[in-house]
Amino acid sequence: MSVILEARNLVRDYHIPGGLIKKAKTVHALKGVSFSVEQGKTLAIVGESGCGKSTLGRILTLIDPATSGELLIEGKKIDIAKGDMTPEMRRKVQIVFQNPYGSLNPRQKIGDILMEPLVINTDTPADERRDRAMTMLKKVGLTDLHFNRYPHMFSGGQRQRIAIARALMLNPKLLVLDEPVSALDLSVQAQVLNLLADLQDELKLTYVFISHDLSVVRYIADDVMVMYFGEAVEYGSRDEVFADPKHSYTRTLFAATPRADVESIKARLAKKKQAA
Amino acid sequence: MALLEIENLVVEFQTAAGPFRAVNGVSMKVHEREVLAIVGESGSGKSVSMLAAMGLLPWTAKVTADKLTFNGRDLLGMSANERRKIIGKDIAMIFQEPIASLNPCFTVGFQIEEVLRIHMGLDKAGRRKRAIELFEAVGIPDPAERLGHFPHQMSGGQCQRVMIAIAIACNPKLLIADEPTTALDVTIQKQILDLLMKLQAEHKMGLIMITHNMGVVAETADRVVVQYKGRKMEEADVLTLFENPKSNYTRALLAALPDNATGDRLPTISELFVDEGAAQ
Repeated sequence: MSVILEARNLVRDYHIPGGLIKKAKTVHALKGVSFSVEQGKTLAIVGESGCGKSTLGRILTLIDPATSGELLIEGKKIDIAKGDMTPEMRRKVQIVFQNPYGSLNPRQKIGDILMEPLVINTDTPADERRDRAMTMLKKVGLTDLHFNRYPHMFSGGQRQRIAIARALMLNPKLLVLDEPVSALDLSVQAQVLNLLADLQDELKLTYVFISHDLSVVRYIADDVMVMYFGEAVEYGSRDEVFADPKHSYTRTLFAATPRADVESIKARLAKKKQAA
Repeated sequence: MALLEIENLVVEFQTAAGPFRAVNGVSMKVHEREVLAIVGESGSGKSVSMLAAMGLLPWTAKVTADKLTFNGRDLLGMSANERRKIIGKDIAMIFQEPIASLNPCFTVGFQIEEVLRIHMGLDKAGRRKRAIELFEAVGIPDPAERLGHFPHQMSGGQCQRVMIAIAIACNPKLLIADEPTTALDVTIQKQILDLLMKLQAEHKMGLIMITHNMGVVAETADRVVVQYKGRKMEEADVLTLFENPKSNYTRALLAALPDNATGDRLPTISELFVDEGAAQ
């Protein structure tokens, strides 16, 4: 299996400029993170808000440069600070955001939303753009009827499908999914997770799945990385991490996840009876 | 006697396409010291039925019920003035978005003291003392200092604690929590749920948890009502619901949990559950 994505000791600092009264400050959002993902696999990044998972997502999607460290995509070193990015390199990575209500332009039709990446990044002729958008709509479980509609006419789950379709328009190798199902209902969540699994099989996609919901991570991930204050405190295969969490923060995270099995309900009710 | 009794509640909204029935004949009871969870997807009418009980729906909503009583008093028949004396005092509510439900223009201290001034009639010094007590009760560090802060200076979890402090300020008999932890991280969610359960036991409150997270239900509820498209699908105590669900919808809901996944695909609700009611 070929390694699609490799990060070596990624560091990202944000400088907050000082003024007359305030001193300048440096926030260390990422403190040296390393990992690699093979083609067709899913790496889940878990952590609470403020732990640097979205900063990492921004670096992986080539939006933000890393302060130091190396980022390799398909074995090629990429440094966007140098500014020598070709469109081909940018096309390899796409992102799906958390909130499908915010990530789609309300004034654009679905068809235009899907075709825009092609307009910007390629010189595909108009009729081919249209065909590819139609095919993609069907691939994510919508129909050609939806082509000329606006985002407000869709439910949350359908919008997330559209956001996924848009990300796939440029045939990326790597998809960064930033909490793609946390804004969705349980039933819709299952549909979107199934869709992601199907697309991964069909298109041999590699996923970086950012989430704080451990039950989803356990279902979808091959490898898991747990982040805490900008550091990767735990990194290993899913079964390793879930069976034998090494770091105390990982154990806290497991303990905090609500459990929906009959045994834990029985234990809770028994404890309550004792207290009363 | 039940604290809150709802019988055959119907809520309709007038829309351009005719009346839309958001809640369709829902009945439930909440007893003192009981934790009732209302579960359902968005659009199942779980929040609307509670807002109807509180009288918080806009005028476009038409609320009818055979019975809607709190502590034996009819909530539907009473005047707005009378209802305002109960709401915020004996029935309190916590909303989903903690940062959005606090007023950004006032300090959190002002907002908590406002409740105490209106419902409890405390003087200035008494209000401040009680506000500090409440902040301590919900676990906000350095409460005296924090009273002077604005909502934007606090994190989501802290704002939710402030909301809870405001809700329990007048020792309510019934607390309604509408998705209190949906916007929060798992570790913070755990803290907030633990806090709610502790307060519920200490103050002997009735608690209604509105949620779509089955894990939250399993961790908190005594009894569960499952709603779907404005109708009640099932009511059972929590163990029965998870062990031996009666309705097909509940079974589909439980099967869609990633925890219960067997094999590569998650069963989705539309595959498992055919809506019998919609065919009528």
